[in-house]
This record gives sequence, C-alpha cells and structure tokens, in this order.
Amino acid sequence: MLHDLSIGALADRLAARELSSVELTRHFLARIERLNPGLNAVITVTAQQALADAARADARLAAGERGSLLGIPLIHKDIFCTDGVRTSCGSRMLDNFVAPYDATVVAKLKAAGVVMLGKANMDEFAMGSSNETSFYGPVRNPWDTTKVPGGSSGGSAAASAARLAPFTTGTDTGGSIRQPAALTGITGVKPTYGRVSRYGMIAFASSLDQAGVLAQSAADAAAVLKVMAGFDPKDSTSVDAPVPDYPALLEAPLVGLKIGLLREFFDGLEPRNAKLIRDALAVFTSLGAETVEVSLPHLPMSVPTYYVVAPAECSSNLSRFDGVRYGYRCESPKDLTDLYERSRGEGFGAEVKRRIMTGTYVLSAGYFDAYYLKAQRVRRLITDEFRAAFEKVDLVAGPTTPTPAFPIGAKIDDPVTMYLNDIYTIGANLAGLPGVSAPCGFVDGLPVGLQLIGPHFAEARLLSAAHQFQLATDWHTRRPRGYE
Amino acid sequence: MSNWEVVIGLEIHAQLATRSKIFSGSPTAYGAAPNTQADLVDLAYPGVLPVFNGEALRMAVKFGLAIDAQIAPRSIFARKNYFYPDLPKGYQISQYEQPVVGKGAITILLDDGTVKRVGVTRAHLEEDAGKSLHEGLANASGIDLNRAGTPLLEIVSEPDMRSAKEAVAYMKKIHTLVRYLEICDGNMQEGSFRCDANVSVRQHGSAKFGTRAEIKNLNSFRFVEKAIQYEVARQIEIIESGGKVVQETRLYDSDKNETRSMRSKEEANDYRYFPDPDLLPLEIEAGFIDSVRETLPELPDQKAARFASDFGLSTYDAGVLSASRELGGYFEAVVAALGQPHAKLAANWVMGELSGMLNRDNLEITKSRIPAEALAGLLKRIVDATISGKIAKEVFESMWSDGKGADAIIEERGLKQITDSGAIERVIDEVMAANPKQLADYRSGKDKLIQFFVGQVQKATGGKANPAQLNELLKTKLGGG
Repeated sequence: MLHDLSIGALADRLAARELSSVELTRHFLARIERLNPGLNAVITVTAQQALADAARADARLAAGERGSLLGIPLIHKDIFCTDGVRTSCGSRMLDNFVAPYDATVVAKLKAAGVVMLGKANMDEFAMGSSNETSFYGPVRNPWDTTKVPGGSSGGSAAASAARLAPFTTGTDTGGSIRQPAALTGITGVKPTYGRVSRYGMIAFASSLDQAGVLAQSAADAAAVLKVMAGFDPKDSTSVDAPVPDYPALLEAPLVGLKIGLLREFFDGLEPRNAKLIRDALAVFTSLGAETVEVSLPHLPMSVPTYYVVAPAECSSNLSRFDGVRYGYRCESPKDLTDLYERSRGEGFGAEVKRRIMTGTYVLSAGYFDAYYLKAQRVRRLITDEFRAAFEKVDLVAGPTTPTPAFPIGAKIDDPVTMYLNDIYTIGANLAGLPGVSAPCGFVDGLPVGLQLIGPHFAEARLLSAAHQFQLATDWHTRRPRGYE
Repeated sequence: MSNWEVVIGLEIHAQLATRSKIFSGSPTAYGAAPNTQADLVDLAYPGVLPVFNGEALRMAVKFGLAIDAQIAPRSIFARKNYFYPDLPKGYQISQYEQPVVGKGAITILLDDGTVKRVGVTRAHLEEDAGKSLHEGLANASGIDLNRAGTPLLEIVSEPDMRSAKEAVAYMKKIHTLVRYLEICDGNMQEGSFRCDANVSVRQHGSAKFGTRAEIKNLNSFRFVEKAIQYEVARQIEIIESGGKVVQETRLYDSDKNETRSMRSKEEANDYRYFPDPDLLPLEIEAGFIDSVRETLPELPDQKAARFASDFGLSTYDAGVLSASRELGGYFEAVVAALGQPHAKLAANWVMGELSGMLNRDNLEITKSRIPAEALAGLLKRIVDATISGKIAKEVFESMWSDGKGADAIIEERGLKQITDSGAIERVIDEVMAANPKQLADYRSGKDKLIQFFVGQVQKATGGKANPAQLNELLKTKLGGG
C-alpha cells in the first residue's frame, strides 16, 4: 500500500512517473477522511489546496524537476503559521486566526514541493504531554484509542502512526516530539536548538522550542530534516552553520561508537521498559558500538527547572493574545481591563492559565532570584554536565518516557504527575541538544521508545545510529491494528 | 527656599535616526497615515520574531564614545512586561541589567560662567511604543503602531543637577550632542527627543536624598524648566507644612502649568524583567568600537575650545556658535572668507543680526537667506571701511529680503561711505553754520552735544560719513580748530 512506502520509495515512484502526487494526495486525504474521526488527530483538512499543490508538484515533476520531497504530502502541527489557513495552536484563542504568512519551516517545505494535507491537533499552545489540553478535544492513540498519544505534538504523532500522511511536523519544548513519537511507535527528531528556524512557529518557551519531524523511520526523518534545517535571518537564535546531507550520512557504521547509558534515566523506570531499552542497547553493541555508564547528577532537577523557565517565558510570550488585533475577543467589553481579562480568561484553557500564572509568579519582584535565576543556574549545570559527558561518549541513550501510553483522563487532573512524563526528555531541551526517539518494542501492546541524545549539531550521528538500529530491527515497521 | 537643595536626574529618550525599526524592517519616517508603517513584527502577530538592527548599535556606541563612557563588551536585551494597547507584544524590549553604554559624563556651562560636570549613569537601547489616539473617535481609542519599534536610546543621568536651569542646560547639551553625532534628529515636537525628570528636594547639607517624584514625558526645554520649578515648589510646600512627599509618577500639564499624580509607587507595575530569549546577547568587539570611533565628528566641546583659542572668542560666544554643527560650520565659513583676524566681527554678526533674522522667520541656519559667503562679503565692506556698521545693518536687511549681494546693494543705493575728509569737513561747516546756538553751548562745555552734530552730519550725508573720521573731524572743528 502507498502509505507503507518510505519517503524515498515514494519519491522514486513519483520521479519514475509511476505515481502522481495527486494520486498520492488523494490516497492520504481518503485515509484522513476514513480514519481521522476515530483519532481526532487532524483538525483542519486543506483538501482543495492540497490537490492544487499536488498538481503543481506533478507539473514540476513532469518538467523533469526532482526533489527528495517533491510531491510528498505532510500534515503540519497547528503551531506553524500557514498563509491563508487557520492556525489555531490548539486554542480557542486562535480558533478564528487565519495566519497571513508562512512560517519558515512551512515555506521551506512548500518550496521543496511538499503538499500540505492539513493541520494536526495539539495540546493548547503546546502545553501538555497528552494532547488533552487541546480546545479541539483529545487525540486518541491509534495503538489503543482509549490511550493518549502523548503531547504536545499528539495529533502529529497519531497521524504519522496511523499513516494519515507520510510524515508530520512537530515542535519539542520539553519532549513534545520525542514523547508522543515514543507513545505512538514512530521516529521523532528534535534537532539542536537553533538548527531549525522558529520564525512563524507560535512561541511557547522561546529558549526551548525547536521544530522537528515525526516520521516512519530515521531515514525518512533525515530526508525531511535536510529540507527543514538551516539558518534563517528572521530568527536571531537560528545558527548559521551548513546543513549536512543527513540522508547521505545514514550509513555511517556504528563500530567504535561510544554510547553513554544515563544512570539517572534508569532510576525508577518500569522493569519491562528498562528491559526493552537494555535489549535495544544490546543491538547497538552487536553492531560494534560500546556502552559505558555516565551520570548527570543534576538531571533529576530538570523537571522543576523546566517548570520555572518554560512558564516564565510563556507568561510573556502569550501576552500578545489580548483580544485587540486578532484572535478571540470577549463579547461587549466594558472597558480595556475587562477586554483583557475576559478575552484571555475565556480564550485560554486551564493548563495555559496555570502556566501563565506560574510564570508570572516566578518572574515577580521578590521571587525572581529564588526561582527564575536559580532555575537558570541549574540549567547551566545540566548543560555543563551534558558537555562533560560528551567528552567521554558520542551520544547518550535511555528511555524516552517512564511508561507507555496512559489512559485518556488518567493524569489530566494531576499536573505534577503529568509533568513527570517529560522527565527523560526535558534535559535535552534545557541544554539545547538534539534528540531522537525510535521505537524499540512493546509493553502490553503499546510502543516503547528508545531515546538517543547527542552533542550540539550531532543530528547526523543520531540519525545514522537510529537508522542502523532500524536496519537491524523491525519495531518501526509495526502497524497499529485497523491502520494497516 | 534657600534652605532647600534641589536634586534632579533626567532620563532622556532620543529616537535613533535609523531608517528602519530596531527589530523589524518597517520604516521609521514620521507622519505617515496610522498603521501604514507597522509590519507583522510590529503588530506582534503570532510566531514572529525580532531581528536587531545593527545600525542602532552603531549609534548607541557612537554616543557612548562621545561621552567617554565604557562600552559594554556584552549587553543583553530584556523584556519589560506590561499590558497596554500601544504595546502589542505585551512587553517592551529594552535593556535592563546590562546596558550597552555604561558610566560617562558631559559638561554644562552655568550662568555664572563655571563649567559643571554631569554624570551619565548609563544609556540603553529599547523600542518605542505606539500611540493611542483619542481625537475624533466616539467611545473608542485608536491605536497607531507606526512608532512602535522605533529605536530609542534612553540616556539616564546621575542625580547631579541642582536647579531647573541646570537640567535644561544638561538636556540642551545632550540634544546638541546627539545632533552632532547625527544619531537623532532632535525634533521635540515630533517626540524624537523627550525626557522624564526625577525631582526631589532636601535640606542643604543633608547627605540623604529626599523622596522623588518622576515627571513623565516632557517634550520641550521650556516644559522641563517649568515642570521642575512647579514640582520643586510643590514638594517644598508639602514638607514645610509638615507633610511628606510621596514617591510617584506625575504628569505635567502645560496648559495649567502644574504636575498631577499619575500613579503612586504602590500602584507601579511589576515589570517582571527577564532576558529576551528571542535575541542573542549583543557582543561588541574592540574592532567595532574602533571603527565607530573613526566616524566621530569634532564634538561640541572640542569645537568650542577651538573657537575660543583660534578665534579669541569668549567661552560664552564659543559655546553659542558650537551649539550645532550647522551653526558652527556657517560661522567658520564666514571666518574663512573674511579672514581669521575678523572672527570676532563674524561672531557678533552671526549671533546678532543673523540669529535675529533666523528667529524672526523661524528658519534653521541651513535655510538662511544669506549664505555664509554673502555675509562675509558684507562684513568685508565694514572691514575696508566702505560702509559703517549701521549702514551694514540696512544692507543686511536688503540682502535678507531680496537676496542680492552686499556690493550690488551698496552700489545701487549709493551707500558707499564718505571717507574724503574734505567732503566731510564741508558738511560740518554747513551744519555748524546752521546751528550757532548748539555750537555755542558745546563750546561752553556741553560736550554731549557732539552727538547732536554727529546726527546732523549723518542726516545730511544719508549716514554715509565714516563715523570714526567724522568724530575726529568734529572734535577738531567744534573745538575751534
């Protein structure tokens, strides 16, 4: 079936003119129509525009143009601004917001001839680990629709896992690509902070947010990342460094690769999960890699650190949603204060408000030093500890999440338990490091993810390690029942 | 009043003369139709990001070098968070703990001729807000975001000023400086240059500052002076009648000439400053500072010192003539054409007649109807005694109104001075003959009557008799010689 093919295989067939982009687009639009109602992964379908874009891609192909993504469909997380298409960020606040411009990521993929099928559901403003905070309702995990798909890129992950598109985009502030990728059995890549432009990506926590990809395999992700990555003069925090040819570097052998096992990542890990991770690492050693134990003593502080830094930044980033220029505005405001209070009070959901309040608190006079500054110091420590670890090892490995997918509703009323879901993923964000989650087995029929974290700009190394693992295993080819 | 010492510090906001905004590509030109110079970044659309305009940094560094301040090798943009409709992001990007320009100083000339040093605590870069418009809108406020994102240099002084006059002198000096440096157009009506004044009073000899009030948004030198004077009197009256000054922000109402409370310290916002994660720290290399240093013009103090030493001008005159680069340039062009020995004459005319006319017609020196060379042409005729200073003023007025050269006017109207003693003597003789009584009185000791005879002779000659010669000859003749 078309949706079982890799991006490379699809591109070959498109290039050979055995398949048209319009056909391919129709195929995935049909899957969305049939399967999405049970998942709620896609909240906007842009069928007409997609078919027009596919026809354009076909014309380019007919004219002899070739490209790794030319004519390949995707679904964008609804956090990326898409010109002329509603960009809701999963919030009532932006339910009526039609972006007047394309995010750089969207523009780059568009220029490469990628066809957007629609926009994926997500936790409101990317704040959540279960995709239950969305204004558009929870997303269901295709492996078990009573379970969450993870978050915040839950819609993107479920859509990728259910093969509603060959790949999807996501963003990762504290694990929002890797955690849902792990819970839905797909490959998720969170690049180095600054590798991919943040322009046009609605900000949650600016110093942590990074765009990435959720795909069927490391090889597919490599093809997409090559197009997404690169310096953007519109984003001062994007880094002006050449983009490696990730697909060409996938075959790098693992012989001699030193993998660090993060001691802190195995503390408190469920035994069955732990076994899957150890089994995965045995695959790496069988391929010639070495494993050594490393320790990052401050890593357990990453969750509290994150829940100071991220809310602080979000409390300021979300101030622009004031009901004045765009987005939700309350009915007949009495005065300016009423306009602000009710527009924001009615437009934002509970989790977003919780974080805005937390962030406002930690930045307040008298609390700033004790919270914000202290968190920044711990963040520096964690970064330094990672740096020191990478002097000894080429990458570190561990689980992506403490447990497989949990039931919808199980943790939504207990924010701290929910926050602890990101315990293994947050460290990479705090240190700005690239991370990959790749499927490495199942517990009770639910996928488990192996996480690899590398030094800054070591995406090629992470992708090739994941790719070599995927050549030796078939976890990433498993399909959830009903979505084959 | 004499028991009280006034303490003033100013925060001056100078709009930097960059072509585009500090964090977006929108133009900064003043006066466009509302919201036509605001792009998605200025409107704070979801997802947009600020990109720093390096030209603003160059200008800030130029200012820092001109006041001999430390330029921070690394400075940081911070967010100042508050909600207001003219602030679309809900925060202003400013610099808080690490400003680009550190401690520096300037000097001001006091009325008594002494020179006073005023410290500058810091100068930092930030973005301006938009404007709320209330006119012509029923039950609504309009927001114009054209100004939002215009680069500002906020120049914070030490509390070194001791009177409203000193504060004005300081503000004028900074105004002169930013215009010399061509980093701000200095246009106060358009808000390009404005200040907040921190004012307090204390007993003479007290080491502790009194409680201060901050008067916001003063946009003329006159308002600065008046607002401070009012505020000082208000604070003294409160204290003398047993009350306490409250720390607060006040607004100056120029129509009523009073300051009014805007908000007290308790109502003040907690701005929750924190480093802006969208912008990298500004790292400044020594090479960059050197390259900016090379673009520094001669500064006002340097120019004034040169005018005083090269041209023998008084400190005051040198100060006036160096108050703007353009005025200094005009003056120097006159001197160049006239010759250095006559610099004082040039100074007097530029500060006197010329400035008077410019003021009358509300013109800048660059728009003078008499170019520097033409003024020098007129002054040459004084120097070579072709015309007297008095006639020169007449010629000057004609030059101003019809644009002709001095020589043409002198020729046309026959204003050439009479320097032939024979001719002057003949007129004196006629005047003496016609006024025997005055002659007798003069000779009996009423010396002052010589002015009467000067007047009569000049009346007869149409003012053309050379005044020095006439005096000489009159003294001899009236004395009976």
